[in-house]
Amino acid sequence: MSTRKPTRKRAAKTAKRPAPKPVKQPAGKAVAKRAEAPPRRGAAPRTRGPGADAARSVAELMSYAYALEAEAAERYAEFAEVMEAHNNREVAELFRKLARIEHKHSEQILEEMGWTSPPRPPSTGYRWEGPEGPETADITDLHYLMQPYHALQIALHNEKRAEKFFASLARKATAASVRKAATEFMDEETEHVRLIEEWLARTPKPAKDWALDPDPPAYHD
Amino acid sequence: MSAVPAPAADAPKSAHTAADYKSDYKPIWCPGCGDYSVLSSFTKAFAILDLAPERIAVVSGIGCSSRIPAYTSCYGFHGVHGRSLAAATGLKLARPDLTVVVASGDGDGYSIGGNHFLHACRRNADLTYVVMDNHVYGMTKGQPSPTTEPDWDSKLSPGGTGLRSFNPLVIALAAGANFVARAFAGDPNGTAEIIAEAIRTPGFSFVEVMSPCVTFRPEQREWKHHVRPSPVPATDDAAKAARRLMTDDGFNIGVLYKGDRPPYQPPMGKGRKTPADLERGFAI
Ligand SMILES: Cc1ncc(C[n+]2csc(CCOP(=O)(O)OP(=O)(O)O)c2C)c(N)n1
Ligand code: SF4
Ligand SMILES: [Mg+2]
Repeated sequence: MSTRKPTRKRAAKTAKRPAPKPVKQPAGKAVAKRAEAPPRRGAAPRTRGPGADAARSVAELMSYAYALEAEAAERYAEFAEVMEAHNNREVAELFRKLARIEHKHSEQILEEMGWTSPPRPPSTGYRWEGPEGPETADITDLHYLMQPYHALQIALHNEKRAEKFFASLARKATAASVRKAATEFMDEETEHVRLIEEWLARTPKPAKDWALDPDPPAYHD
Repeated sequence: MSAVPAPAADAPKSAHTAADYKSDYKPIWCPGCGDYSVLSSFTKAFAILDLAPERIAVVSGIGCSSRIPAYTSCYGFHGVHGRSLAAATGLKLARPDLTVVVASGDGDGYSIGGNHFLHACRRNADLTYVVMDNHVYGMTKGQPSPTTEPDWDSKLSPGGTGLRSFNPLVIALAAGANFVARAFAGDPNGTAEIIAEAIRTPGFSFVEVMSPCVTFRPEQREWKHHVRPSPVPATDDAAKAARRLMTDDGFNIGVLYKGDRPPYQPPMGKGRKTPADLERGFAI
């Protein structure tokens, strides 16, 4: 998939935010600390809603982007292990590939920001629309007989959600630098959507009865 | 009492990561099962609390959900069906220094183990009881459990059982549990936070985790569209909590009740019998 473009790198640099120090606490509401100075007590948030704090500064946006990619990579790696354990090697390999791609994206964000370790989550934790990041596959999406086509459908759904997420941040952003960086992320996700659609077009479609198991776990007459 | 205190704001970084609590055994649940996620919440909770794996014992009964101890690097006891709380209570009373977490399912915990559940709440030993509720006996291929909806029609319960389903949270509260929460497997980080808080809270902490069984209850994939964070914070008023729980629709997620009843822990040391003392009593 596409590599990062230099424009956001510039945006990140001009933001003049100090790089967060290495994570001092495990992620968790009770112990998580802010990577940067918190806003003044009582200061009204400029934006509201899921991910709203990501729209406040380029550093916060990049921290959200990092968390989104890292969590997606972790979930795909877990999926690969699950499918391996069930001897569905083709799908396992595909999830591994997706995990590698998302991991690479997260590493690129660290590199762009000059961060030597993952950024600290905001004090409130990441505020996504759902319980997890928009690129993280749902745990119940798997089926033991699923085929590569299904895995790519999952990936497509996630890329589309990520695209929507960045589009909404671009709309919410009040600073031009943040809007620009969010728009670049959105464009990249649009590109990922296109690439996965192409990948899907090259992948055999499953037969209608793909889930048919001659020895099913649930008994039917 | 060994309830784990909350870390100070400036506490040093946890020396452990979630990976430290995973064993080398790969889980063999069905792909898509909620229990994978609950396992990840266990390990994340232990990392949040920075507990050494050898200071934790994970005790379970029998069922898909009860396989969890084998997948952790902590001490584990995969016990007898429905008896996890009996074994865990004995362990905690004999070794109060250990953090004892009990894993169960709705069949294991509410059917065959239902009586132990009531008395464990009442006794209030310092245990954390995590029940992965999928409203079905997963391991034995789809029989209805006490939390199954009365009209759930299946090959093994044609037309549904017609029986009113059990409300574990209300029962836990009425029986005396000191901490009552509901979590959702689709939110592994949120579930980890709740489990960590349950462990930190002294006494018997009960965490009901809605954990979809995609094989026998595939419709539970929809739960993710229904769950929501509880609109009200935890209360320490049991009557208020009971009213809330009696009227909620089963999809409010969060800590719902947190009391301050002192945990049951008989004195150790003087007067304590050893196995040898007990054996002497049976000598012929
Ligand atoms: C004494 C005894 N009775 C019955 C069984 C059969 N059995 C094994 S697991 C199980 C039910 C498990 O259901 P649940 O606790 O909901 O776990 P799940 O598999 O759904 O996670 C039963 C009845 C047994 N192993 N031992
Ligand atoms: S039968 Fe149900 S509970 Fe058991 S592993 Fe499969 S999905 Fe999970
Ligand atoms: Mg069950």
